[in-house]
Amino acid sequence: MSFAEVVDTYWLYFLVGQYPQGPLGGLALTIVLASLGLLLALPAGLALGLARLSPWAALRWPVTGLIHLVRAVPLLLVIFWVYFFLPSITGVKTSQFSTMLMALVVYDAVYLAEIVRAGVQGLPRVQVEGARSLGLSWLAAMRLVLLPQALRNMLPSLVSQFVATIKATSLGYIIGLSELAFVTTQVNTQVFIYPTQLYLILGLSYFVLCFSLTRVAFWLERRLAPVSGQHPKLPARQPA
Amino acid sequence: MIGFDNVNKWYGRYQALVEITETIARGEVVVVCGPSGSGKSTLIRTINRLEPIDSGRIVVDGENIHRRGLDIDAFRSRIGFVFQQFALFPHLTALQNCTLAPVHHRRATAAQARERALALLDRVGLRDKADALPSALSGGQQQRVAIARALALQPSILLFDEPTSALDPEMVGEVLQVIKGLARDGMTMVVVTHEMGFAREVADRILFMDAGRILERATPADFFNRPQHPRAQQFLADLRSPFTS
Amino acid sequence: MPAFELSLLLSGPYHALLLAGLQVSLALLAVSFAVALPLALLVALAGQAPLAPLRGLAVVFVESQRSVPLLAHLLFWYFGAPELLPPDARQWLYEGDVEFLAAVIALSLYYGAYMAEDIRSGLRAVPVEQLQAARSLGLGFLPAMRHVVLPQAVRITVPPLLSQTLNLWKDTSIATVIGTAELMHQAAKVETESFRSLEAFAFATVCYLAVSLAIAAAAAGCQRRLAPGWRP
Repeated sequence: MSFAEVVDTYWLYFLVGQYPQGPLGGLALTIVLASLGLLLALPAGLALGLARLSPWAALRWPVTGLIHLVRAVPLLLVIFWVYFFLPSITGVKTSQFSTMLMALVVYDAVYLAEIVRAGVQGLPRVQVEGARSLGLSWLAAMRLVLLPQALRNMLPSLVSQFVATIKATSLGYIIGLSELAFVTTQVNTQVFIYPTQLYLILGLSYFVLCFSLTRVAFWLERRLAPVSGQHPKLPARQPA
Repeated sequence: MIGFDNVNKWYGRYQALVEITETIARGEVVVVCGPSGSGKSTLIRTINRLEPIDSGRIVVDGENIHRRGLDIDAFRSRIGFVFQQFALFPHLTALQNCTLAPVHHRRATAAQARERALALLDRVGLRDKADALPSALSGGQQQRVAIARALALQPSILLFDEPTSALDPEMVGEVLQVIKGLARDGMTMVVVTHEMGFAREVADRILFMDAGRILERATPADFFNRPQHPRAQQFLADLRSPFTS
Repeated sequence: MPAFELSLLLSGPYHALLLAGLQVSLALLAVSFAVALPLALLVALAGQAPLAPLRGLAVVFVESQRSVPLLAHLLFWYFGAPELLPPDARQWLYEGDVEFLAAVIALSLYYGAYMAEDIRSGLRAVPVEQLQAARSLGLGFLPAMRHVVLPQAVRITVPPLLSQTLNLWKDTSIATVIGTAELMHQAAKVETESFRSLEAFAFATVCYLAVSLAIAAAAAGCQRRLAPGWRP
């Protein structure tokens, strides 16, 4: 079988997995999973970020602890906890897709919380005082004055986090979720004679996806000169 | 109307306010001056509790404002504060900056708040800039919008924390003009400033501070012509020296 | 839910498996760090070089590493790359610990790229006036770099490098995908053999946490020692 024939046979499988005969897979699953993960993590990340900034210690300390805890362990460990341990409590086997989604939401929420915190703390202090001096409560000051500015400054970071999430979906491979890397390995097992080419194509696909998004983030950063304060200095990049 | 009763405040081991006791009457215009680091800004920021105090009492309109359980947001909505750095909200237009708080506190419907904000912007000479974002305004214009924003809550007291210190020299006049107009209308005001010409013209009383204490209380005429405390004499002498003015 | 059996972790075959896994993880961390850091320095310097092709090469390297997940790098170095070797070399490779080697290559290159970026932004964060001011005091280029620019750049660069090291530590877990017998791999193995997922993953969690906290503490210590009241 020539490599051209391999491409001809498997390109659709590479893009969408067994869909529509079977479950969605391949590149499409990677994108769907990353988008859903980040989207579902947004409200949680916002809430955690606000809790971490809040003046109420009873709220701030547990959330700060949780964030440090999740950031100190590998994402893969979170995945394993959900995949192997959660069923022993619930009694129901967690599917690979929901396992990955849950793990991604936990992970993204924690990183988004840090982005929100950095975004708000990057604003000039006098913005908080200005809002409070008008009699706005802490929550009202956040909602009406600080978050609208911070969210705008955070947009590039959000795109970067999306890239990190896309890369993180590849860990689904390890629990047998048929995302892009897993599907490539499936093809490799069947074809056997072109591992170098196949894995180069895998890398190239991720590269095209992630690099173009990185350029979007970079463009946003230059385009949206911050209205005030600075772009949040990101807590060091998320792995995977 | 504003009463300090033996107020002390520390930053760590450094005492920023030392045994401050003072009364400011309704309708009075008080200018606080003194060298930098003397505690002027700290003093004015304690009046609406932007800074906590460590001991003593501050009573505003009969209310002990550093007591626990006070609805500080409701209290602050009756006191206007103007910052050195303007503190306009950069994502809102000049008009929206002025309507945000009145609408939030349900003092007015959106339409009423807008009406009133436009009148206030007119008063500070910026009605035509109502829809401009702060970034499109000069420093002097931004500070005038900030004053209109503070007035929009119809405060009983206005506090100014070095309102012209961040401005280019040619813009100082337009802001002081607005503040003078408010003084003529009988607004109770406490102004921290280095503009001694303004102080002489507008103040009913001058408080001179150094090292966290109020060292001298005097009418402008007495303060500028016959300063009593040696530190006040030194301060005025430095201001007059050609190297600092 | 079964009760937690601590004895499983304190002695016996599972204890030995997990401990061996931890050792491999730490070895991955140490070797990859030792390769990644000098590589990062080289790439960062190449990125500043006066030769355009060299700068281009540095950019291509950094971007191609960072835009592809570590897992895909691992698959390539383990499954893909050996095919490019002559059969004899391949044979020799497969007789050795190819899983460990592939993991070290992937981790070193990946983190070399990230650390190169940290070093580059550290150099750029020192205002150009600092060099000019040092030169105007009569210091030559090298003394100016050595006494003025580099001390500032190092202070800026060490904290992000340490948090990158923390990421490297966490990412050693991904080597499990090619069968490197590191901690995650052994924990999963214990889980399969004994069905004691709670104990196995609790052990792994404690190990990852402990090393992460040690690195974080080192970062905090560095920050204090390098920059008392000092801001870039």
